Amino acid sequence: MPGEARKLTVEDLKRIKEEHRATFTLREGGYRAKVTVNMGTCGIAAGAREVMNALVEELSASGAKDVIVTTAGCGGLCSREPMAWVEIAGQPVVRYCDLNGQKIKRIFKEHILDGRVVEEYALAVGDETSY
Amino acid sequence: MGNYRANLVICGGTGCIAGGGAKIRDAMQAELAARGLEKEIGIVMTGCNGFCAQGPIMTVYPDGTFYEKLTPADVPLIVEEHLLKGRPVEKLMHKDPVLKRAVPAMHDIPFFNLQVLRALRNKGLIDAEKIEEYIARDGYMAAAKALLQMTPEQIVSEVKASGLRGRGGAGFPTGVKWELCARVQGDVKYILCNGDEGDPGAFMDRSVMEADPHVVLEGMIIAARAIGAHKGYIYVRAEYPLAVSRLQMAIDQANEYGLLGKNILGSGFDLDIEIYQGAGAFVCGEETALMRSLEGKRGMPIPRPPFPAVQGLWKKPTVLNNVETYANIPPIILNGAGWFRELGIEKSAGTKVFALTGAINNIGLIEVPMGIPLRKIIYDIGGGIKKGRQFKAVQLGGPSGGCIPKELLDTPVTYEDITQTGAIVGSGGMVVMDESNCMVSVAKFFLEFTTDESCGKCPPCRIGTKIMHGKLKDITEGLGKPGDIELLQDLAQDIINTSLCGLGQTAPNPVLSTIKYFRDEYEAHINEGWCKAGVCRPLTTFYIDASKCIGCGACARVCPQKTVSGEKKKPHSIDQSGCIKCRSCYEACKFGAVKIGPGSLKQKLLEEAEAAKGVSE
Ligand SMILES: Cc1cc2nc3c(=O)[nH]c(=O)nc-3n(C[C@H](O)[C@H](O)[C@H](O)COP(=O)(O)O)c2cc1C
Repeated sequence: MPGEARKLTVEDLKRIKEEHRATFTLREGGYRAKVTVNMGTCGIAAGAREVMNALVEELSASGAKDVIVTTAGCGGLCSREPMAWVEIAGQPVVRYCDLNGQKIKRIFKEHILDGRVVEEYALAVGDETSY
Repeated sequence: MGNYRANLVICGGTGCIAGGGAKIRDAMQAELAARGLEKEIGIVMTGCNGFCAQGPIMTVYPDGTFYEKLTPADVPLIVEEHLLKGRPVEKLMHKDPVLKRAVPAMHDIPFFNLQVLRALRNKGLIDAEKIEEYIARDGYMAAAKALLQMTPEQIVSEVKASGLRGRGGAGFPTGVKWELCARVQGDVKYILCNGDEGDPGAFMDRSVMEADPHVVLEGMIIAARAIGAHKGYIYVRAEYPLAVSRLQMAIDQANEYGLLGKNILGSGFDLDIEIYQGAGAFVCGEETALMRSLEGKRGMPIPRPPFPAVQGLWKKPTVLNNVETYANIPPIILNGAGWFRELGIEKSAGTKVFALTGAINNIGLIEVPMGIPLRKIIYDIGGGIKKGRQFKAVQLGGPSGGCIPKELLDTPVTYEDITQTGAIVGSGGMVVMDESNCMVSVAKFFLEFTTDESCGKCPPCRIGTKIMHGKLKDITEGLGKPGDIELLQDLAQDIINTSLCGLGQTAPNPVLSTIKYFRDEYEAHINEGWCKAGVCRPLTTFYIDASKCIGCGACARVCPQKTVSGEKKKPHSIDQSGCIKCRSCYEACKFGAVKIGPGSLKQKLLEEAEAAKGVSE
């Protein structure tokens, strides 16, 4: 006899939905927080890949399903690279600079998960256009 | 499963696969692996995204950058620039035909932002072969609600209140149909899905079946519960192999998960669904013929009543609905009739999917709120007419429909308003025509189709369509006679009045509507021997207007017969004795110097040339 078929209940449906939601938070834009790492040539030369790797590692380890990580081009302030910015729904954007793997892990824990801006690393708050 | 920082959604619909979509995926996989990015960036292959003319296409999330017309050679560049450095590759992005500039985000592209995706809500978003992805998008939650929390009466009244009408062509209110069948007593009833999609050029249903097969199953489960059926069939034409295999995969997964079969979701309700492959006859899309075909008989319509809701498949009460109709059911059950009615107007609630094609810039699959004016579809979503030409007409409803001219472009897309024009909303074929289309030839094309596809049961349809087609052929070949137009109109009326099924009852529509709006073209063919669009060769002469020709030589270069000649920067001319009327010179001229004259002009020009030769000798 082949293995007993898996018969779902409504609870199972809800569980599967939760488990697979992360695949879509990105695609639907239904996320709570977004981290964008500047990955221009200058950023990569300064070590943005290390920052990105550390960030993705931290995200996977945390199991957070409402946070997305993405990249953008040069942040415009090449001498302070690697840079990244954090957007949390309903709060002003925070720009961080002179990053490395350790720093971004701390930003992830304190700012994204706990909601406290890591002021030592922050460059500025707010959008470039909204000053 | 790990978290990806980006997802690449590659279209795996038939159109994009034919254009090399699978090669893009393979190249992308290899490139990501080579750069060690495979853990950071996910690839998803979805069903048809709808933007077929621009395929193969790929969307990068979360930023929504939309790449089109990709080749495997573009892949390393996208990985290097966009995925590694975060700089979207502008030259591969979608160009807005109106604005002529790169538009980076999907929600900035008019083709997408005027659409509302309900039936197509999962298109280009989920992996069609993974039931989990469907479930993650609320999949089977509506079935659960219908099976566990609603009575069959409640399901029927919700669907009735939504105002949903059948999307397969006839536009019959879906809830009313279910109610009729639910009221009939009977232990054995059937639930059927019509995936025959016989209209030439239509691919709405194929896209749903390929991109989101589970939605068809879920719609059928809800309908089966409403009417009390425990056996269902999906009738799909064998020419849709990808749709068949995706549906079969979906059925297998649903059976494994207990979403089909016995005691679905512990509700005590049973339903089995099977696929039946049709051989691709247009008439087998008609409901009674479809049921005969399913019974293993020759697919021919039978008189109604009795209606299938009372006596259908194997004479048992049966409900048949179209693929797109079923795709609308789960959200109605989850969100309610009021939500459904937020879009559309009065008797035409909700959205409708159209296969937009023809002489238009953006060809593809679109879903729009009903009531939207045709003009918005053609100029905003469709991006206007190709090559800057003039719009002439839009054909709706395929071989059962008709043409709508320029003057009526502000007609809202509702069942009633479109019928008023002489066309029908139909199943969603929308073919745009420009000044280079001959309307008599368009009518002839559709009549050729219906003549071939008539099952032959009713003589008025079998013989009548053949005579009509013959007359149209005569007219396009210069053999038309005065009185032909009236004869066509008379015959049309007889066929409509005396045919049993919708095929014969609507087959004359393309002729009637083109006569109604483009009678002058019929008359020019018959009385002047002139096809002004330059399509019917015996009724066309191409010549060069010397006052407009600047002698650029573009026409001479494209002429396959080498019959266009002239000195540089001097007006050129066409040697009529060698011209095969292929239109190449006409298409190539940027100055409107190549003209289309009546067929008889050729002889006149030949004689003139002969005379000129005589003088010079
Ligand atoms: C000649 C002919 C061909 C048809 N072809 C199709 C078809 O391919 N697909 C379809 O859904 N309905 C087709 N129909 C309409 C069906 O008869 C029927 O009305 C429809 O499947 C019912 O589903 P609905 O109420 O959900 O639209 C066709 C009708 C005629 C007369």
